[in-house]
Amino acid sequence: MEEFFLSSASKFGGVFASIGLFLAALGSIFFIAGKFNGRRARYIAATIFVAPAVTLVSAGLVVPATQTIIYSFKDPESINFIGLDNYRWMVNDPYVATIFRNTLLWLLVAPLFTTALGLLLAVMLNRMRRESIPKSLLFMPMAISFVGASVIWKFIYDYRSDEVQIGLLNAIWTALGGEPVNWMLSKPLNTFLLIVILVWTQMGFAMAILSAAIKAVPIDIVEAAELDGAYGVKLFRQITFPMVKTTIVVVLATQLVGALKLFDIVETMTGGNFGTNVLSNEMFARTFVQYDQGKGSALAVVLFLSVVPVVIFNIRSIVKSR
Amino acid sequence: MSLKVSKPSSGRQIFSSKVAAITVWTITILWTIPTFGLLVTSFRTGDEIYASGWWSAFTSPKFTLQNYKEVFLGGGSESLSDGILPYFINSIVITLPATIFPIIIATMAAYGLAWVKFKGSDFIFFAIFALQIVPLQMSLIPLLQLFTGGAHIGSVTIFPALGIAGDFAGIWLPHTMFAMPLAIYLLHNFIASLPRELMEAAHVDGANHFLIFRKIVIPLSVPGIAAIAIFQFLWVWNDLLVALTFAGGTEEVAPINAKLASLVGQYGSSWTTLTAGAFITIAIPLVVFFSLQRYFVRGLTAGSVK
Repeated sequence: MEEFFLSSASKFGGVFASIGLFLAALGSIFFIAGKFNGRRARYIAATIFVAPAVTLVSAGLVVPATQTIIYSFKDPESINFIGLDNYRWMVNDPYVATIFRNTLLWLLVAPLFTTALGLLLAVMLNRMRRESIPKSLLFMPMAISFVGASVIWKFIYDYRSDEVQIGLLNAIWTALGGEPVNWMLSKPLNTFLLIVILVWTQMGFAMAILSAAIKAVPIDIVEAAELDGAYGVKLFRQITFPMVKTTIVVVLATQLVGALKLFDIVETMTGGNFGTNVLSNEMFARTFVQYDQGKGSALAVVLFLSVVPVVIFNIRSIVKSR
Repeated sequence: MSLKVSKPSSGRQIFSSKVAAITVWTITILWTIPTFGLLVTSFRTGDEIYASGWWSAFTSPKFTLQNYKEVFLGGGSESLSDGILPYFINSIVITLPATIFPIIIATMAAYGLAWVKFKGSDFIFFAIFALQIVPLQMSLIPLLQLFTGGAHIGSVTIFPALGIAGDFAGIWLPHTMFAMPLAIYLLHNFIASLPRELMEAAHVDGANHFLIFRKIVIPLSVPGIAAIAIFQFLWVWNDLLVALTFAGGTEEVAPINAKLASLVGQYGSSWTTLTAGAFITIAIPLVVFFSLQRYFVRGLTAGSVK
């Protein structure tokens, strides 16, 4: 007991010391740099403001990404170059083909459902009087970790071979007259059931962003359209939808990147077994479980390349809106 | 923004407010049931959990705190260190600096890129934004090697071995690095939309960039900073991958989420400890989220939603 309190106290001491030190260092740098005048001052300021972030992303993202690209042309221990062998393996292995098919399924289904449902709810919420309570509850899964979510959903998908079903899904299914199903083992339904978890966690985010966009549609435009006889679906199609189109694209793109990088749900729910594996999980398994740095890196590079178009698209729309 | 919400003005709409309300509440209930089921289950006894579904707890209510006691004390022994509590402390120790450091550095960078005009500032902004595409998994091993061995070209050390792997600092640093692209992008949206006249007036009055940053930019950006801070807090608290890679699973540094993941993976671990453990894990982010959510959406969408 005493030991626990002592170690906790020392941990917190370390936290406050680190934060204090960081702030003190920053304060003195600001103070000294503030003494400079003239043209030089601007460059010094630019360096002090931007250099820490640039250093961090260089060391944390640019260098590792470059290294991964190099590793993808090397053998499992990253010693000898083996040309395109890792990529050849990817194209020829039927198991990898399944992984690509599953990943594509995630990319097609999850962002579309999340965004469509988010949009529907955002439109409906806009028509309601007391929207804050449902909004909070719908948004709540956002705050839950994927590990927490997987405990929640493991419980829903639970299967017993005997009479009593304690999993909600099987309870409903047997009440309707069905035989109990081991959901996580039934292909290809299991992949869709895992996608449901992602939609459950992300929908609130889409809804919140889209709801803010809908509220930002100027009221006089809406009123003018209503005077012209545009209501309900017509109003939505002709006014609301065109006005929030950019936001919809941004939300879709975010969800797409999220679905591609997704790892935790598959890892904790099935471990990638029973035909549910996806690209990011296989990449993790190749690198950390089978210690094949080469194949893992090659998978990472594919993952990386497939997000490039989305980001280019995003950058172009940012530039356009400036 | 003082935009009024468009309210239904007549009964002619196809989505009348009644239909809207019923739809929204139906989906809301569906959306809440999974979490609610977990909460109810965590208060039931082990025998009850396996004997019937959590929904039948309402017809014959029998609730207990035993699961929570078990999770906190760990297997019934009276030493706190066997339970989940040390991991809970670790989570706080990891999350506070891993939220504060990146927010400060990202706010500085966002201001520098938006208001200290210099050649290449746009390029740097888009380059950092584009780095979102680097999958986290891609950085883990090279970064771990960097921390333990440093970086060398030939015999010249270009990056010293920090020796912080397995330490709290070894978790703060990667989180700070990985937070940069999104945090800088969102804060840049916010800070770039501050009124130009204000900045120019401050410069005319002789204020330098550091003074403007402290006295104008930070106070005016509080909603944006708060939103990113909540986002980063949730992200770090809920992270598993970074923690597992840089901290391992030890009681000394591993966060509560890693402990929960190990409980999920453990063969034969029971629903009693799992449900209680899961609820303890998600309690803090839920509290943070519900108390601060109004900042969250407002700050995230400012400047980006047109």
